[in-house]
Amino acid sequence: MITNPLFAYMAVAMILFSIGLLGVVSRKNIFVIYMSIELMLNAINLMFVALSNYHHDMGGQVMAMMVIAIAAAEAGVFLSLIIVLYRRKKSLDSDIFRTLSQKEVV
Amino acid sequence: MSALLAGIVLAPLLSSVLIGLLYMISITQKPLAKMWFTAPALLAPFISFSLGVIAFLQISKTGEALHFEPYLWLSVGEYKIYMGFLGDKLSIFMVLFITFVGWLIHLYATSYMSEDKGYGKFFFYFNLFLSSMLLLVLADGPLIMFIGWEGVGLCSYLLISFYFKDNSNVVAGNKAFIVNRVGDLGFLIGLAILFFYCADAGFSYENIALKIASMPPYLLPLVGLALFIGAMGKSAQIPLYVWLPDAMAGPTPVSALIHAATMVTAGVYMVARFSFLYELIPNVGLFIAYIGAFSALFAAVIATKQSDIKKILAYSTMSQLGYMFIAVGLGAYSSALFHVFTHAFFKALLFMGAGAVIVALHHEQNIFKMGKMRQVTPVVYVTMLMATLAISGVPPFAGFFSKDEILLVAFGRGEYLIWGIAVFSAVLTAYYMFRLFFVVFEGKNALHVNHPHDVSWVMKAPLVVLSFGALFAGFIGLPSLLGGSHLIGSWLGEWGGRVLHVNHETEWLLLALNVCVSLLGIGIAYKKFYAYDLSKHKEATGIVYNKFYVDEIYDVLFVRSLRKLSEFIAVSLDVNIVDRFIMGLSHDFIKLGHMVALVQNANVRFYALIMMVGVSVASCYLIWMVD
Repeated sequence: MITNPLFAYMAVAMILFSIGLLGVVSRKNIFVIYMSIELMLNAINLMFVALSNYHHDMGGQVMAMMVIAIAAAEAGVFLSLIIVLYRRKKSLDSDIFRTLSQKEVV
Repeated sequence: MSALLAGIVLAPLLSSVLIGLLYMISITQKPLAKMWFTAPALLAPFISFSLGVIAFLQISKTGEALHFEPYLWLSVGEYKIYMGFLGDKLSIFMVLFITFVGWLIHLYATSYMSEDKGYGKFFFYFNLFLSSMLLLVLADGPLIMFIGWEGVGLCSYLLISFYFKDNSNVVAGNKAFIVNRVGDLGFLIGLAILFFYCADAGFSYENIALKIASMPPYLLPLVGLALFIGAMGKSAQIPLYVWLPDAMAGPTPVSALIHAATMVTAGVYMVARFSFLYELIPNVGLFIAYIGAFSALFAAVIATKQSDIKKILAYSTMSQLGYMFIAVGLGAYSSALFHVFTHAFFKALLFMGAGAVIVALHHEQNIFKMGKMRQVTPVVYVTMLMATLAISGVPPFAGFFSKDEILLVAFGRGEYLIWGIAVFSAVLTAYYMFRLFFVVFEGKNALHVNHPHDVSWVMKAPLVVLSFGALFAGFIGLPSLLGGSHLIGSWLGEWGGRVLHVNHETEWLLLALNVCVSLLGIGIAYKKFYAYDLSKHKEATGIVYNKFYVDEIYDVLFVRSLRKLSEFIAVSLDVNIVDRFIMGLSHDFIKLGHMVALVQNANVRFYALIMMVGVSVASCYLIWMVD
C-alpha cells in the first residue's frame, strides 16, 4: 500500500485536514480558527488534485479550482465578519460570542 | 295530529325561555312590570292543558296511542335515538292533571310571590319544571324520560334554594340534589343493563317490552331494583326520603307543585311505565310494597309530633307516596295512579291552604303560633277542611276512594302485614292531619305576633277550584261496589293488574273499617286538640319529634365517614405517599435535566469537538463494520 505513489499525497492531505480540525476545536482566536478552516479546505484540494491526476480525469482539478475561488470569496465575507465582531466586543476570543445561547452573560 | 304532544312540552319550555330572557332584561336594563312575566307563565300551562285535552279526546275516540318522532337526537354508529313522544292512555292521564293542577298553582303563585324580587326568575324555573315533568311523562323511551327526570331534579334544586340568601335553604337544595343523585345512579344502572340487552331495534318502551323476555332471567330483579332505587330517590321513600322534609325550605307554591302534586309521583309513574318488567318479578314488587308500607308508617309517625305546618304536610306526602308504592308493588297500577290523581288535588290544596295561612300570618310556620284562623280566613278554612277530610279518607271525599282501593288490593292479595301497616297509618294520617287542622284553625288563646290578615282572591280562587277536585275527584274512580263504573280503572285498563278475588261482603267490611279507622283518628285528634289552648303549649321533645334521628344517623354514617375517608386520602395517602413519590420523581428529572444541560454549555468549540467525535465514530463504523 505504501508503495503506491498516491499514498503520500493522501497521507499529507489527511494530516493537514486533521491539524485543521484540531485547530478549529482547540483554539480560541477567531483568526486561528479561520486559518484552520482554510487548512482543511486546502487539504481537500490536495486530495482532489492528487486523485484527479491518478485517475487521469480533469474533473477533480476543476473542482479544486472551484473550491479555491469559493474560498477566496468566503475569505472576504469571513474577514469582514471578524472585523464586525471585533468592533462589537473588542476581542477575538471565540468563547465570548455566545449571543444565541441563553447562558449569555451581558 | 300527534305533533301536539311536542306542543304540550314545548309551550312551557318556550315560555320559560322567554321569561328567563325578560328577567335578564329586567335586572340588567330596566325593571319590567310583573305583567310581562305573569302572562306567559299562566298562558303556557293553559296551552299545555288544552292540547292535553285535545290529545285525550283523540285517544278516547280512536283508542290508539299517539306517537311523534320529530328528529334524530343521537346517532352513535349504527345506533339511533330519536326524540320521541308517546301519548298513550297512561301519559295523557298524567298530563291532564299535571297541567291542570300545575296551572292552578301557577295562578296561586302569582299572588304568593308578588312581593318577591325574583318574581320573573321564579316563573322561569316554574315553567321549566313543568316542561321537564311533561317531557318525563310523554317520553317514548327511558332515555328521553331521563332528560325530564333530571330536569325536574334540577328545577327542584333551584326552587328549594330559591331564597338563596339563607344558607340553610341552600343546604336543603343541595341535600335534595345529592340524595336524588344517589337514586339516579340506581336508575342509570338499571337503564344501562336494559340498554345492553334490549336496545337492538331502538330504546323505546315498546321495544324493551318486546325484548324483555329474552333477557337473562337473573338480571330482571336487578334491573327492577335498580330502577326502583331511582324511584326511591324521586318519590322520597325509605331510605332516600330525607330530602323531602328539608325541601320545604322553598316557597310554598314550590312545595305544592313539585313536592306534592307532580315530581314526587314520577317514581310511581316510572314503575307503572315499566309494569311489563315488574309483572315478571313479583318478588321485587313485594319488596317495593313493603318499602312503601314502612315509608307510609314511618312518615305518619314522624308527622304526629312535628310543629312546622309544611313539614307535617311533607311527611304526609311521603306517607301517601308510600300508599302508592304499596299499590304499584302489588301490581295494581291503576289503583296507584288513581291515588296519584286524587292526591294531586288534595295535597296541592293542603299546601296552598297552608301557604295562604302562612301568608296571612306574615310567614309564620309553627302551627302552635297560629290558632283561630277560622275567623281570619274563612275560605281557607272551608277548603282546608275538605282537603283534610280527603286525605283522612272520609267518604265521599277523593282520598277515601283511592285509599280504600289500595287497602282492598293489599287485603285481596293476602298481604295482611302490609294491609295492617297501611290501616294503622291511615289512623295516624287522620290523627295528624286533624291535629294540624284543629290547632291552626280552632286553637284558643293564639299569640299572634303580627296582626293576621285575609289573603287575596287570586290565592283563594285556586283553593276553591281544587276543593271541588278534593270533593269530586274520587267519583271518577267510583268502584262498582258503590254503583260506579270505575272510569280510571277502565281507562287505564292495561295497567289494571291481576283481578282480585274478594267477595262483596269483604269489600263492604273493609269499606266500613276504613271509615271507622279515619273517624277514629279524627276522634283522637278532636279529643286532644280541639280548641287547643295554645298559651299552655310546651314544645315537644323525644325521639319522634327528632325524626328518629335519621338525619343524624345519616350524618354519622355517610357524611362524616366520607369526610374522614377524604381526609385520610387527602392527608395521609396523598401527601405522604403519592406526593412524595411524584415529587421525588420530578426532583430526579430535574437533576437529570441539569446533567444534560451541561452538554449545552454555549461553547462553540465544544460543539465542534462533539461533532468531530461523532463524525469519527460514524466514519469508523462505515469503514470497519459495514460489509
